Amino acid sequence: MFIKEYISDVYRAVSSLLKGMKTTGHYFIRPKEIITQQYPDNRAQMKLPERFRGEVVMSHDDNNEHACTGCTACELACPNATIKIITKFDTTPEGKKKKALDTFVYHLELCTMCNLCVEACPTSAIKMAQTFEHSVYDRNKLLKKLNQPGSKLRAGVE
Amino acid sequence: MYRETQIINSGHTILSAGGDLGGAADGGELVINVGPQHPATHGVLHLVITLQGETIQKIEPHLGYIHRSIEKMCESLSYRQFIYVTSRMDYLSAHINNHACALCVEKGLQLEIPPRARVIRVLMDELTRIASHELWWGAMAMDLGAFTPFFYAFRERETINDIMEETCGARLTMNYMVPGGVMYDIHPNFQKRVKDFIQLFNNKIDEYDDLVTGNIIFQNRTKGVGVLTKEDAISFGCTGPVGRGSGVPCDIRKLYPYEVYDKVSFDEIIETGGDSYARYLVRIKEMRQSIRIVEQLIDNIPDGEFQAKTKAVLKLPKGEFYSRVETARGELGVYIVSEGGTTPYRIKFRSPGFSNLSALDHISRGSKIGDLMAIMGTLDLVIPDIDR
Repeated sequence: MFIKEYISDVYRAVSSLLKGMKTTGHYFIRPKEIITQQYPDNRAQMKLPERFRGEVVMSHDDNNEHACTGCTACELACPNATIKIITKFDTTPEGKKKKALDTFVYHLELCTMCNLCVEACPTSAIKMAQTFEHSVYDRNKLLKKLNQPGSKLRAGVE
Repeated sequence: MYRETQIINSGHTILSAGGDLGGAADGGELVINVGPQHPATHGVLHLVITLQGETIQKIEPHLGYIHRSIEKMCESLSYRQFIYVTSRMDYLSAHINNHACALCVEKGLQLEIPPRARVIRVLMDELTRIASHELWWGAMAMDLGAFTPFFYAFRERETINDIMEETCGARLTMNYMVPGGVMYDIHPNFQKRVKDFIQLFNNKIDEYDDLVTGNIIFQNRTKGVGVLTKEDAISFGCTGPVGRGSGVPCDIRKLYPYEVYDKVSFDEIIETGGDSYARYLVRIKEMRQSIRIVEQLIDNIPDGEFQAKTKAVLKLPKGEFYSRVETARGELGVYIVSEGGTTPYRIKFRSPGFSNLSALDHISRGSKIGDLMAIMGTLDLVIPDIDR
């Protein structure tokens, strides 16, 4: 009885190991089923989904115009003070003073890509970009000014 | 023999936590530190282990190495903002953490969630649960010396991450939940990709059983190791697969159904063994149940809004609100005390990892130090969830 049990135990043990080896052997002889991305080499073909959140950018059109009114909704929505909006007063052709965006300061080093600022923006002035290779040697390089120099508010955006 | 004791003795002086010095040379106790930086602890957990020979006498977990005071941080954030912070607690089931917070805020606002958002939330929850269990399966097998399963687990987990990336915009800390629904509608490709994943996963999960579950070495290392009885599981407050592995029916999805969990059919997995192998089986079987839920819902996403209309600034009425969900590790409770303002007065998270860790000392006393890896592996500890 003891011998019988012993042999059946050995049989079970060996068959369980062989079963596992069968699975690994299956992939060993079929290298095509292995899915490995050769990351830095496949950079050209790599396409991230459009919703991927890499960093906040401000979209400018061909006339170097943006849609940011400087309402600071994104600044209030941000949970960790990533955005600082500096506003100025422009004079309209009618001679009235109007609040406008001076500098959109964006601290990429503080940003957690939570998308709350993009959701809060009433004029869809900012959006998330698909870039993700943000490492730099100097922390100050991550402090960004999102509105391009000389850009102004697009006509008709309130 | 003399040489051996000398080595232990010198090691003892270096590694000792202090106070308990001496004794190793004359066959007494040996105190060693595992962690905070140790490959076996999967995070910054610090265990002070008292050994008698190779037998564990006492384990004292030292916490706080990744304490970021999330509860305090939440007090200064608005009800929309605080949800993203909770992704950093149990980062493997980030989506389910966010879900618990969103549920609690909605309870305070008495908000009606559109049916479409409910189904999307449950689908995402279950995909997150599968992803979390896959990572656990790979990492646990790796702890026990099997290196290959790690790659097999990550292969399927990658598919879920890609689905999440396409719909939620991020792979791990999704922040897809907002009070009132979800942030965006599902991606047009979502249903097709999830169906592809179901087909892929149903084929691959049998491989998991072949590779690890049936493996004789794995079974010998986990069966009868770290036995947690039903009474102890209840008194330590163990929930999730740890509690269910000891025979405690504690699935929040069954006991206090939220969203659409009362409308889908799935089984609550309960094993009565209480040992590491039982906890392992619960998680493996839970993956199959999660797939079953996804299969039922993926073709039945109702049309309509994905987000309820909410005010720009959310204010919870004065009072106390509590919500609970079943994360991949157990019961997560969110308790909000509101004074009627835009930020919570106090937030408390009841995290599953903390309660499950409290049982570690009890169940590993008397077992060998090699068994500790099996016990810690099946407790599925995520350290940021314990420290918060």
